[in-house]
Amino acid sequence: MIDWILLFSNAAQEIISPTTAAYALAALGLAIHFGFTGLLNFGQAGFMMLGAYGFAIATLTFGWPVWAAILMGVGAAIVFALILGIPTLRLRADYLAIVTIAAAEIIRLLFTTNTFESVTGSADGLQGYKGGFEALNPLLLFFDEKDLLGFGPWVYNPYDWWVRIFGWGLVAIAAFITWRLFKSPWGRVIKGIREDEDAVRALGKNVYFYKMQSLVIGGVFGALAGMVFILPRAVVPSNYQTSLTFFIYAILLLGGAATVFGPIIGSVIFWVLLSFFSGFIARAVEVGWLPFLTNVQAGQLRFILVGVAIMLIVIYRPQGIFGNKKELAFVK
Amino acid sequence: MSSSAGAKGAPIKSTGLHIGEPAPGVKKVDPIIVADNITRSFGGLTAVQVEHLEIPRGAITALIGPNGAGKTTLFNLLTGFDKPDTGEWTFDGQGISGIPAFKVARKGQVRTFQLTKALSLLTVLDNMKLGAKGQSGESLARALFPWIWRKQEAEIEARAIDLLTRFKLDAKKDDYAASLSGGQRKLLEMARALMSQPSLVMLDEPMAGVNPALTQSLLDHILNLKTEGMTVLFVEHDMHMVRHIADWVVVMAEGRVVAEGDPHEVMANPAVIDAYLGSHHDEDLGDLDTGVMTAIKELADDDADQEKN
Repeated sequence: MIDWILLFSNAAQEIISPTTAAYALAALGLAIHFGFTGLLNFGQAGFMMLGAYGFAIATLTFGWPVWAAILMGVGAAIVFALILGIPTLRLRADYLAIVTIAAAEIIRLLFTTNTFESVTGSADGLQGYKGGFEALNPLLLFFDEKDLLGFGPWVYNPYDWWVRIFGWGLVAIAAFITWRLFKSPWGRVIKGIREDEDAVRALGKNVYFYKMQSLVIGGVFGALAGMVFILPRAVVPSNYQTSLTFFIYAILLLGGAATVFGPIIGSVIFWVLLSFFSGFIARAVEVGWLPFLTNVQAGQLRFILVGVAIMLIVIYRPQGIFGNKKELAFVK
Repeated sequence: MSSSAGAKGAPIKSTGLHIGEPAPGVKKVDPIIVADNITRSFGGLTAVQVEHLEIPRGAITALIGPNGAGKTTLFNLLTGFDKPDTGEWTFDGQGISGIPAFKVARKGQVRTFQLTKALSLLTVLDNMKLGAKGQSGESLARALFPWIWRKQEAEIEARAIDLLTRFKLDAKKDDYAASLSGGQRKLLEMARALMSQPSLVMLDEPMAGVNPALTQSLLDHILNLKTEGMTVLFVEHDMHMVRHIADWVVVMAEGRVVAEGDPHEVMANPAVIDAYLGSHHDEDLGDLDTGVMTAIKELADDDADQEKN
C-alpha cells in the first residue's frame, strides 16, 4: 500500500527546504530582470553557478573566511553581469537572451573541463567548504550538533536548521529590498523601460544604466541563491544545466512575473508538487499501479507532470498566482 | 473645416522671426536650434542633407514635406535618437550634436513620437510622474530610503495632477495608460513631456490617429505651450493644422530644406508645390501615394475656402 502520510510529510518538508529558498531567491532575481525590467535573462543558472563556485573556491583554494567567500561569489556575479550587459543592453532584448544562455553554458563547461580540475574539481565538483558556515551556527550555543529539533515533518539537526534560517533569511531580505525598490521612483523608471525604453529615454533617463543596475541586482540575487543551493549538498556542475534556468522561469510564471511574493510562493508550490508527484509515482510503480512504467521512467514522469501543470497555469491563469488580472487585459 | 478657427478666433501668430528674405536656411532673430551640414544616409539613400537650419525661439514651427522627405529622421537626429554622418548643431547655444537622447532631454528638449508611446502597464499618474526631471528617488541607493524622496514625490504628484486636470485626464489617473483611447494617449504623452518643464517641445505628428473631436483640444494645448513661453517644433501632414497654428513652416523634400516662410506664403511657393508634385510629374496621378494626394486635395480645398471668404 502507499504510505500517504510519508508522501505528504515529504512534500511538506519542501515548504521550508533550503533548495526551495534557493529557487525562490533565484526566481526573485529573475523577476527583477524579466518581470520588472523586461530583460530576457536565460542564464540565471550561470549566476547561480558563479555564486556557488565563487563561495566554494574562495573557501577551499584561498582559505578565505565565510564573509569573504560570499563577497567573492557576489563579486563574480557582478562582473558576469557587466560582461554580459555592456555589449548587449544597448541592443534589442533578444540579444541578451542569446548571450546569457550561451554564457551560462560556457561557464558550466569551463567548470566541467579537466583542465582546471585542481581548482574546480571538474565533473565531480567540490565539497568540504561548509566548515566555516557550520561554525557560525548560532543554534550550537543552545543545542548539541546531534540534537533533533522541530515538530511534525520538520525535524532536523541544528546545522539543517541553520541552513534553512540562513536561506529564508536571505529570501526575506531580498524580498524586502525588491518591494522597497519597486515602490520607489527608481522602480517606476524600471517598469517604464519594460513598457517602452525609447519613451523613457525621451524623458531624460539613462536607460542603459538602469538596465545594467537591474541586471546586476538580479544577478546578485542569483549568486546568493547559488550559495544557499550548495549548503545542503555538494557543488556539481551538472546541477546547473539550462533546464535549471527554465525551472526558475516556470516558478516565476507560476507565481506572477512582476510581483514580489509570486516567485517565493511559486517556488514553494513547485517543490511541494514536484516532491509529491515523484514520491507518488515511485510508490505507485512499486505497488504495481502503473505496470507499464519502469522505475527509471517513473523518475522522468514527474517532470512531465510538472510541465503539464505549468502549461495549465499559463493557459488558465497567465498572470500567475499573484499577478494582476487587470494588467493582462491589455497585453501587447 | 476652418470653422474651428472661426469659433475660437484665429490664434495670434508670431511674426518677424527671420532676418532678410525667407529662403531655405534663413537667419532667425532669436534661434533656439542652429544646425549646420547635417547628413544622414541609410545605405545608398541620403535621408537627410540639411545645409543650414534655424528654429525660432518662442514660436510654433511646422516641419512639413511629402512622405520620405526625411522629417522624422531629422527629428531623430536632433533629439539624439539617431546619429548623423556629419553635422553640428546647437540648442540654446550649447553644442549637442551626437550626445545621447537622454542627455538631450535633460537639457530641456523633449519629444513625442509618431506612434504614441504611452507606457501601457503603468497608471496614468505614474506615466506623468516619470516625466519629472531630477528626482532623487530615481537613484538606486536613495530609492531604498523613502524618507529621502517622499517630499519631492508629493510635489511631483501635485504637479502631475495639476497637468492632468488641464488635459482633462485627471479622472483617469489611477487607470492603466493602456485603457486610454488613441487621442487620450496623445494627450498623455504631451502632458508627460511637459512634466519635465522643457524649453523646446518636439511633436512628431501630434494629430496622427486622433479622433476629430479631440483635435481642437490638442490644438489648443499646443497653442498654450507657446503662450507659456515654450518653443514648439512639430512634424505634421494635416495642412489645416499647419496653417492654423504654425508661425513658421519649414518644408523638406528628399532630405533637403526646400522652402521656409510663414504658412500662407510657403504654401504658394513653387518649390513646395514641386516638392509635393514635382518628383511625380511624369506619373499617372492615380499612382501617387495617398498621403500626397490628400495633402494636395487639402491645399486645394483650403484655397477654395479662402477665395470664398
